[in-house]
Amino acid sequence: MKTTRSMVLVSSDPESLDRGALDVFSTLQKQITKFGLEEEIALSMITDISKHAMSPLVLVYPDAVIYGPVTTDDVPMIVEEHLYKGRVVEEKQISAYDLSGRVAWLSSRKGTMPAENRIVLKNVGLIDPENIDEYIINDGYEGLGTVLKEMTPSETIQVIKNSGLQGRGGAGFPTGLKWQFVNGAKGNKKYVICNADESEPGTFKDRLVLEGDPHAIIEAMSIGAYAVDADEGYVYIRGEYDLAISRMKKAIQQAREYNLLGENIFGTDFSFDIHIHAGAGAYICGEETALIESIEGNRGEPRPRPPYPTTAGLWQKPTLVNNVETLANIPAIIRNGAEWYKSIGTPSSPGTKVYTVLGNVNVTGLIEVPMGITLREVISIYAKGMKGGTNFKLAQTGGSSGSIIPASLQDTPMDFDSYNKAGVSLGSGALLICNEDVCVVDLAKVLLNFFRFESCGKCNPCRIGTKRAYDTLVNISEGVGTLQDLKDLQMMSDQLYELSNCGLGQTAGSPLKDILAHFRAEVEAHVKLKVCPAGVCPMSGQREYKIF
Amino acid sequence: MATEIEKGQDIPKIVQTLVQNHGDEKAELIPILQEINREMGYISDEAIKELSERMNLPSSHIYSVATFYRMLSTEPRGRHVIQFCESAPCHVAGGRLVWQRMLRELGLEKGETSQDNKWTLLTTSCLGLCGVGPVMIIDNDIYGNVTPEQVPGILSNYE
Repeated sequence: MKTTRSMVLVSSDPESLDRGALDVFSTLQKQITKFGLEEEIALSMITDISKHAMSPLVLVYPDAVIYGPVTTDDVPMIVEEHLYKGRVVEEKQISAYDLSGRVAWLSSRKGTMPAENRIVLKNVGLIDPENIDEYIINDGYEGLGTVLKEMTPSETIQVIKNSGLQGRGGAGFPTGLKWQFVNGAKGNKKYVICNADESEPGTFKDRLVLEGDPHAIIEAMSIGAYAVDADEGYVYIRGEYDLAISRMKKAIQQAREYNLLGENIFGTDFSFDIHIHAGAGAYICGEETALIESIEGNRGEPRPRPPYPTTAGLWQKPTLVNNVETLANIPAIIRNGAEWYKSIGTPSSPGTKVYTVLGNVNVTGLIEVPMGITLREVISIYAKGMKGGTNFKLAQTGGSSGSIIPASLQDTPMDFDSYNKAGVSLGSGALLICNEDVCVVDLAKVLLNFFRFESCGKCNPCRIGTKRAYDTLVNISEGVGTLQDLKDLQMMSDQLYELSNCGLGQTAGSPLKDILAHFRAEVEAHVKLKVCPAGVCPMSGQREYKIF
Repeated sequence: MATEIEKGQDIPKIVQTLVQNHGDEKAELIPILQEINREMGYISDEAIKELSERMNLPSSHIYSVATFYRMLSTEPRGRHVIQFCESAPCHVAGGRLVWQRMLRELGLEKGETSQDNKWTLLTTSCLGLCGVGPVMIIDNDIYGNVTPEQVPGILSNYE
């Protein structure tokens, strides 16, 4: 994906607007076009900067230079000197010292213009995925060789633990710790499973890894198998991914021919082989215990936990289940070391994250960037701004079980830790960017419809709760909702979280919680005024579902 | 998926061959059901009964599995199966209007099969093609960036 060289932000809080921020913005736009820089520089408005005495402010990023107060007369000089020639206009520059919040954050990362940094997608699109030699030439299977020849299983686990790698499936559990649990579990037969049942709406990163670099998964699973002492593995690929399944089959075949799978790999005592299991269309099978049930030939209904799969998984044997993206990091960590990995991303969440950028933006697609980048950066730099110059309203992260992130959180660093503190979730890495044409009630309705449909039906809170919540939202969208409905939605969200057996039910209520927390006024407009501010909901006044 | 069921097709024989190829372990149940579904368009009661005997599994278990997964069907389907993505990314990208047009063009509701047995209209959860939403799949053909205006033209490609 094409990236911009620089990002320019103009403050748009009320004081700034009062002092001509819009004129500054349009003059910037003209000047940037005049110098032919529009392809290289992303320009957007930024809301509250909390340095009102100096407003309007102009921020130039990645240099983290702040200019203020800027008038239209200052703009030509800033564009020509700074953006075109690369020299800071010192007389207009102000210090970032007493700035707070997002600007302090931007400044502290001076010079770290977040370029794409590819670890997981290193080979994707560059090598022929159906040719094992191309993978090997690109350092492929080097990590496996190193591990088998030079390291003990516990040393291998220690490297992964030191790297700080966290599971990329959504929960962010430390990968090394999981490996240690399986390694320490009692049993003479253990399994390694690659969870490639990627079904979170808006997420297709795993598909691209499987299609573009299948040998990386084989290598990573083999390293994992050596570390936990397993000799058999499964790749559970969702059934709709035909190309991924055929590429993976071919890759396994080639690896067997090269004796990179099978008996006595690299001439050592280590033996390991991989089977493929194609899913048959069920979102819930992305939950690891449901996935295991499905491999065993049952309905994909999650098991109660504990026991965890690390002690009693596939056929009640200790089982290591890792997501595709998590595994794709492993060979690079072994090759380059834990310290290298920790130097990328943020201290609490090292490494990169693959995001699928979707929705009302100019460029959609897949990016891999260091942990800790902000939503604003993703929108301005990688997605090249909002479609048609519309305003950013919210982003929905991590598929349906992610959070609805309001615009006020768009400068929060995107890593597991910061998002947890802000009470939202990074999820599986989908970023559905929405403008003001999107109605939150309608969005929540679509999300709950998904959960209602995909709930496996095993436990009551989830089966009934998702249906009840969906019906309530439909009534609100038809203009027959009541204030009691809002209280009910809050209650359903809490109960889903507290009472459901697995992750699907527990997160199914989060859209409800999020829209009530961040967009309450908009929801209330549907109920009190019988108006859908975005003009999306039917508001027919007809009750679609009767609620007893 | 859209294969027509030929009359007189020998179900016991198909099931027998599949069980021979896959083995009769329970873990092979879902792969076998997938193949039956592909070969015959759906999983008939007769196939379930036959499979139950050959794999030594209760037919209730086989039925419960066959009805659980979205890609398996226990009902006959039309010659062409439309799967329309109804997840949020396609919805936000304009899927709502495409869906409304689709309902109008076909005169069908969600989940229905047309009387002439030509179409079955299904909605599906995310297909992992969100970069080009709204997305739909007809048989094995994938259509992305669909607009409401394109719907009649796309449908006319099918006999």
